[in-house]
Amino acid sequence: MSNLKHAFNLTLFLFAVWLLLSGHYTPLMLVLGAASTLLVVFLAIRVAIIDREIQPVLLKPSVLFYWFWLAWEIIKSNLDVTRRILSPGLPISPKIFTVRAGQKTELGRVTYANSITLVPGTVTMDIDEDIFTVHALTQAAAADLERGEMNRRVCSVENVF
Amino acid sequence: MGAAVHILSWICLLGGACFLLVGAIGVLRLPDFYTRLHAVSVSDTMGAGLVLAGLMLQGGLSMVTVKLVLIFYFMIFTGPTATHALAEAALQAKLKPVVDDREP
Amino acid sequence: MYIVVSIVILIAIAAGLLRAFLGPTLYDRVLAVNMVGTLTVLIVAVLGFMTERPEFLDIALVYVLISFVSTIAVLRVYAHRNTEAAGGTTGPGDK
Repeated sequence: MSNLKHAFNLTLFLFAVWLLLSGHYTPLMLVLGAASTLLVVFLAIRVAIIDREIQPVLLKPSVLFYWFWLAWEIIKSNLDVTRRILSPGLPISPKIFTVRAGQKTELGRVTYANSITLVPGTVTMDIDEDIFTVHALTQAAAADLERGEMNRRVCSVENVF
Repeated sequence: MGAAVHILSWICLLGGACFLLVGAIGVLRLPDFYTRLHAVSVSDTMGAGLVLAGLMLQGGLSMVTVKLVLIFYFMIFTGPTATHALAEAALQAKLKPVVDDREP
Repeated sequence: MYIVVSIVILIAIAAGLLRAFLGPTLYDRVLAVNMVGTLTVLIVAVLGFMTERPEFLDIALVYVLISFVSTIAVLRVYAHRNTEAAGGTTGPGDK
């Protein structure tokens, strides 16, 4: 029953995106757009990916605040990695280590793993339940992640998902 | 469009181009596959982000900007997934990373 | 001025292609191709502004998604071939 609601929301959302990007509003085009929307929703139901994770949660205030914090982290580590790449001595010290993710839900873990990867200097290599194997370009970047601030912040936005 | 917006947009575009160049240098210069991932990360986040931001400022409030935002959105979401898939595949294939074991 | 940005992107694409040729592993090549994909999206967008044809952005939009799918596809094909060679699974091509 709730899946039907999610499928309905997805249909509305996809058709809105279609209307936004199309720019042609003749009857034939509208029918074709509706048909393609329904085809996509049908395929999504076939591969069973309709669940609560397709809800648009990106614009709730606390999540938005997290995005801004993440953007600032990305800018800082970008400047650091840039400085290291351009230094003649190439001062890098690659390291592989594991961190424990404190998130309860799968979506929370995905957000954490993707945030780690998005910040230059650290890449999530492997995920085993709540243990992430991470490759860091420098010891400093590794120490930064091990302090666990990003983990805490993802945990605190997780419950709005 | 004000001159200030125009100048800001060019600062963004040229800054983004610089970061793209840094990513390119990193891809050629860094010693192994895993470290090169970080160089690509620089050009994918900062380089692409600044170039698209510069173009958005040129586009103003229009359909063009909406499309640029969508391009940025897709890049931000598909980029880490592709990077992670690559890193995991390389790890599974037992590709040896260069690791620095000295204590900091 | 757009021409400066396009030239820088072209230089970066050349660097990416050089890495794709040098390798040394398959993963380096896929990584380089992935980067060239991102740069192609950017150059298509910048050229769209340069020639004042906003339709170019639609192409860029589609190219982002194609470049992502192609990266995943290459990795899947290669992983599948590896498990086949090791005798792990039998693919649909086997007798």
